[in-house]
Amino acid sequence: MTTALDSVITPELIREHGITPDEYEKIKQLLGGREPSLTELGIFSVMWSEHCSYKSSRVHLKRLPTHSRRVLQGPGENAGIIDIGDGWACAFKIESHNHPSFIEPFQGATTGVGGILRDIFTMGARPVAVMDSLRFGPISATKGAQTTQAEIHKNHSILEGVVSGVASYGNCFGVPNLGGETKFEPCYSGNPLVNAFALGLVRKDQIFYAKAAGVGNPVIYVGAKTGRDGIHGATMASEEFSEASEAKRPNVQVGDPFLEKLLLEACLEAMQTGAIVGIQDMGAAGLTCSTCEMGARGKVGVEIEMDRVPQRETGMNAYEIMLSESQERMLLVAQKGREDEVYRVFQKWGLDAVEVGRVIAENTMRVLEHGKVVAEIPNEALTDDAPVYKRPLARWEPPVAREMPENIQLGSSDDFTAQLQQLLASPNICSKRWVWQQYDHMVQTNTVEAPGAGDAGLIRIKGSNRALAMALDGNGRWCYLDPKLGAMHAVAEAARNVACSGATPVGATNCLNFGNPEKPPIMWQFSQTIDGLTKACEELEIPITGGNVSLYNETLGEGIYPTPVLGVVGILEDVHKAVRPDFQTAGQAIVLLRGSEPGDATDAEIEFGSSEYAKEILGALWGYPPELDIEKEAALQKALVELAEAGLAASAHDCSDGGLAVALSESSFVQGIGFKVDIKSAGLPAECLLFAEDASRVVISCDQASLSRIQQLAAKYGLAAEVLGETVSGQIEIKIDGRTVVSTGVEELRNAYEGALETALRTEVGV
Amino acid sequence: MKFGVLIFPGSNCDHDAFWTIQQVAKQPVTFLWHESHDLQNCDAIIVPGGFSYGDYLRTGAIAKFSPVMESVRKFADGGGLVLGICNGFQILCESGLLPGALTRNVGLKYVCKPVHVRVENNDTPFTNACRVGDVLTIPIGHMDGNYFCDDSTLAELKRDQRIIFRYATPSGEITEDANPNGSLENIAGICSPGRNVLGMMPHPERASESELGGTDGFRIFESLVGAMAAR
Repeated sequence: MTTALDSVITPELIREHGITPDEYEKIKQLLGGREPSLTELGIFSVMWSEHCSYKSSRVHLKRLPTHSRRVLQGPGENAGIIDIGDGWACAFKIESHNHPSFIEPFQGATTGVGGILRDIFTMGARPVAVMDSLRFGPISATKGAQTTQAEIHKNHSILEGVVSGVASYGNCFGVPNLGGETKFEPCYSGNPLVNAFALGLVRKDQIFYAKAAGVGNPVIYVGAKTGRDGIHGATMASEEFSEASEAKRPNVQVGDPFLEKLLLEACLEAMQTGAIVGIQDMGAAGLTCSTCEMGARGKVGVEIEMDRVPQRETGMNAYEIMLSESQERMLLVAQKGREDEVYRVFQKWGLDAVEVGRVIAENTMRVLEHGKVVAEIPNEALTDDAPVYKRPLARWEPPVAREMPENIQLGSSDDFTAQLQQLLASPNICSKRWVWQQYDHMVQTNTVEAPGAGDAGLIRIKGSNRALAMALDGNGRWCYLDPKLGAMHAVAEAARNVACSGATPVGATNCLNFGNPEKPPIMWQFSQTIDGLTKACEELEIPITGGNVSLYNETLGEGIYPTPVLGVVGILEDVHKAVRPDFQTAGQAIVLLRGSEPGDATDAEIEFGSSEYAKEILGALWGYPPELDIEKEAALQKALVELAEAGLAASAHDCSDGGLAVALSESSFVQGIGFKVDIKSAGLPAECLLFAEDASRVVISCDQASLSRIQQLAAKYGLAAEVLGETVSGQIEIKIDGRTVVSTGVEELRNAYEGALETALRTEVGV
Repeated sequence: MKFGVLIFPGSNCDHDAFWTIQQVAKQPVTFLWHESHDLQNCDAIIVPGGFSYGDYLRTGAIAKFSPVMESVRKFADGGGLVLGICNGFQILCESGLLPGALTRNVGLKYVCKPVHVRVENNDTPFTNACRVGDVLTIPIGHMDGNYFCDDSTLAELKRDQRIIFRYATPSGEITEDANPNGSLENIAGICSPGRNVLGMMPHPERASESELGGTDGFRIFESLVGAMAAR
């Protein structure tokens, strides 16, 4: 693409900028009838890209619930903020970096982490935790899926690159990574998902906003110098992939975590001076976005001079400077006359801080180069007046059977030890130790629940009794079968994970990963997902405070599963009452707390098709996700919080992927405490009893003496609390109606579970 | 009796060490900025973990040129107590305060996990609260913790009992499986000839409070406080 500033705007150039003829007409109209300059065209192209403008999703996102008495900042700022008491607030958000991570896995992932961290500390919050939700194509041959060896190899290399990228950035920056999820499905082969979540703490009265104010105030550029990297990154993220995507590698930015660490310390210190009026990071669409958004929010304008922008390369023109997505940069507005206080701090940390412009009264973004105006655009034209599309929707049915296929027979086997072991070693269920051991999950010395064992990550808040729990969840396969129900499950499960630790879920952020919104079935999936999220969040009283939409996740016309990922944050009043996910000692009672009623055999068979067992062991997919009674789910979560508060449960672990048998096994791995349980069949096939993924179920262990109180509490919330058996030392035994169906040792299953991912990766490269 | 915690650009365990000393050990502590020569009359210096100067070029390679390290070198030469943790250990090796080098882990990956280390010598200001043979559970978190030195240095370290910690099994055996990074002879920590400078890869500040899962690491701080009081 030519970026010479004297080029004539041709229809071809407009198309290359991803702008439709209608949009171009609108641009001219917003500019008072004149043609845009090339720099202006570039600015419109990034600000009106799907990535920045949310033009396809905005009409739907409005339906999400975003308020509660705790919400201090909802969507629209760099991150959402929740009041957590004692004068503290937490800022958190999740964001995707899918496209760059496919093209350049290491740098794509590092800059994903870097970007979300800046979103947090630009609000004045010190990042105290990150998590990530990662999805890749298969890294080993999977039953029922046709994945070529070349694809497997590529997936493996993307996984290696992404994980080391996340590790490299977060470890150096010094923020603990509390885990998240790592999933594998064939649909992510050409389009991995890298969703990064970050959370920071800030005093409630010291929150900073991305808002310019005070005509004449200096606009100061801080951080890294601007280079040519990442030009048109936002536009790239708003297109489908083709074979030519490899050529877009130069569009991917390069991260420098060390510089970001300095920027963090310098920004937080500069904020303490009181001389900063507003501040915004330069993420997608770089200087363009920060300039017009800060002006728009403050109903003022910002004028900047390109010659003053610190540059890493020579000969950059206004177009390139304005569109660069070089990392680790911030734009801030300071109080006139107090600039030196800001400069002193940045100088201490060895960073550039340069006055590049000033706040002006007109609600306009004005860009000068060598003193000459090269772009002058009303702020609203780039923000509020950006196109909004109500794209057509078309109801869509996945091409899978809704009934269980006739060739599948359940209930004919009488021993499931091997299947349990196989499931525990399957890519979606096995331990992700290989991933999270590469992440520093202990720095800052707050980590109470590290990744691996827990349903949720848990950090204490120094100087208080409180702790924060957080979890990320999504299930693309379920959303593919039923987007609305699948989305509800994502909210329910993330919140349930948080509640298992004893914390009350109080806020959520979402990352919505979908295909091409110009296709009506995809837009229908999106709309259904929003309906599902809305319903679940309203029932569970969890507002969504922000997030990110990633569309065009398609390669060669093949879309990914619709994949909403939910990040839920919860407050635990007393860190000492945190409930562990693993069995603590032998001789304790094991109780299944459940909000869902077991269905009849036909329902169970239909729902079983969406399970990991069906995928991994049977190599099939059919039916629907499990039913979800969201009111029962809410009751279950309240009960979990009360159980923790009363100190009644020794452990609590959510039953999700792999069902009851997997949940029991996972509970036994950390301490090597096994279990003996006997399940009543109630006419259901053994596979469903052991491996079905019915919602709203939690495995609890407790002192025998606490049983009656737990049952009373369950009854109060309308939940079933069925005693399954007890914990024992080292052994695993599951009976159905008194007949043994699984019998083995904890050690055997643990080895299968913990070593599976390493083994798969080693085998793939033939070491 | 005052502790000083160094801050380099890129240090990220500085606040953790500070917290442990102030809130858990209940001792006076101050931060010391890398550009200053002034050690503010501290009685013990902590060189904390992190990625000083981004660890670009080589871990600790740039930090050794900082003004504060000039003062730390003089302080150590005069018998002052210096504890280097993780990146701090790397910096002490680069600065010549401790022999040998910390190279890339054998697995070529960053490793963060609790490990077991056996106390090899308790006749130091850093381990006097332990017994020889005690096995401590303390987390590591590093990419370059693979200790290496030449044969004569190793012989010297052994002769003078300057190997303070070795990676071990939970029962205290020194095995290859217990070695998380390929370190020579499972070395996890060594001290200077005068035993006043200790470098260790595990992070004792991450195992100093029961809320965080263990307090074995606090024995190091406890030892230091005891040694300082006895001086």
